[in-house]
Amino acid sequence: MNFLSIFDVIGPNMIGPSSSHTAGAISIAALARKMFPESIKKVTFTLYGSFARTYRGHGTDRALLGGILGYSTDDARIRDAYDIAPKQGLDYEFIIDEATPATHPNTVDILITGSSGYRLSVRGESIGGGKVKISKINQIEVEFTGEYSTLIIRQIDRSGVVAHITQCLSLYDVNIAFMRLFRETKGAAAYTVIESDELIPEKVLTEISKNDLVQELMLIQV
Amino acid sequence: MDFITGQELLERCKKEQFPISYIMKCREAEHGILSNKEIDEKLQTALSIMKAAANEPLINPKRSIGGLIGGEAKRIEQHLVSENNIAGTLLSKAIAYSMAVLETNSSMGLIVAAPTAGSSGVIPGVLLAIQEAKNVSDQMLCSGLLNASAVGYLIMRNATVSGAEAGCQAEVGASSAMAASAAVEILGGTPEMCLHAASFALSNLLGLVCDPIAGLVEAPCQSRNTIGAANAITCAEIALSGVTHIIPFDEMVDAMYRVGKGIPFELRETAMGGCAATPTGCSTCVSHGSL
Repeated sequence: MNFLSIFDVIGPNMIGPSSSHTAGAISIAALARKMFPESIKKVTFTLYGSFARTYRGHGTDRALLGGILGYSTDDARIRDAYDIAPKQGLDYEFIIDEATPATHPNTVDILITGSSGYRLSVRGESIGGGKVKISKINQIEVEFTGEYSTLIIRQIDRSGVVAHITQCLSLYDVNIAFMRLFRETKGAAAYTVIESDELIPEKVLTEISKNDLVQELMLIQV
Repeated sequence: MDFITGQELLERCKKEQFPISYIMKCREAEHGILSNKEIDEKLQTALSIMKAAANEPLINPKRSIGGLIGGEAKRIEQHLVSENNIAGTLLSKAIAYSMAVLETNSSMGLIVAAPTAGSSGVIPGVLLAIQEAKNVSDQMLCSGLLNASAVGYLIMRNATVSGAEAGCQAEVGASSAMAASAAVEILGGTPEMCLHAASFALSNLLGLVCDPIAGLVEAPCQSRNTIGAANAITCAEIALSGVTHIIPFDEMVDAMYRVGKGIPFELRETAMGGCAATPTGCSTCVSHGSL
């Protein structure tokens, strides 16, 4: 069992009203923002399950928008996210999908478009008590929580890539806590997700991207 | 060694001759990543957030975003000076503050989940009312928070504080037990008295269901927080007088968990039973565009 701190009990400090529908929504969107490599121009949120049914009264919409704006779960500006977004040149859209059954009651798909037209789609689930997980990137199923420093690598599924990645990590002395490979079909795009207890140096990314089979890198530092 | 039961906590208190708050702080220093200074700072921050959340609605009442509550705390506080005030200053203040925190929470203000957002009013309600009535320092209230966190930790570790898992008895029940224990320590009671107060608090709210109208953390959550606070004050009073609970704290936590597992799905945060499923509760769902 993980160590329960005083502040896991008396905490977190958060913008209400709900740890799962508000704080969790902020965390999911904040993770999506961190994964996006350039400035964000437009974001489309599709809400499923309980998110779709109760988002208004839980402020889930403002929470998601606030997370994309880079606010943390205890930032009072979340409440005013609708006013702030246009001032920052952020275009947004909410799609409420009550019909599609969701794998988890509190699920959201976030489609981000950047200033260059680059797009990224991320699915997040709020799994209770403010804890979240990312369960899909660009239609490929993945799984990580953002509680650790996380390196996400999009690559072509061919032999040698993973060996190259681990070599680079060892070169910079990064201790891997968890490492998993996700792919849909053999030989197509795949994601390697690496989680570490410590900060992952940016230089590792340069080193890893030297391999032609590596297409994209995303880094979430904790 | 980390304590994992109330019994072990009491043994450590007895052996080392320290109150529960101090043992909890030592535990964090031994097993966690925070220094004593960081713990003190974070406690102070939590207390400041609690104070702001409990006071702001008394000055500027806000409508909740779900639209079911808003303005109650201010009315309760104003009623304190009226001729037909029945509860007296301490209890009236505890009711007003605990309602105020839920008003802050439901209007997207900043709160401390203690242990959850839905039960975030109980501990500030009790502690701040005691501070005013008994002229207690902020430092003492921070010790109270440490004490409360020990009780909450044991409930989280050995049962749950999730309404979806075990009903409101696990949320407001837990916060009430935490607040009762904290109140006993602040007023000079022994560690044994603290856990007796916590046992009384849990047993008094045993079986309490979670039935949020329209699925929102507004009603009956807000008034349930006041009963958590009133229960905590009652149980602290009982324990401080030397009256003991028949069932030891650890067994009471276990009983709460078992009862929680027996609560039907409809009454565990699904908004399908209780207040939420009444004709008025249902029409509220429709008119507020949720569920």
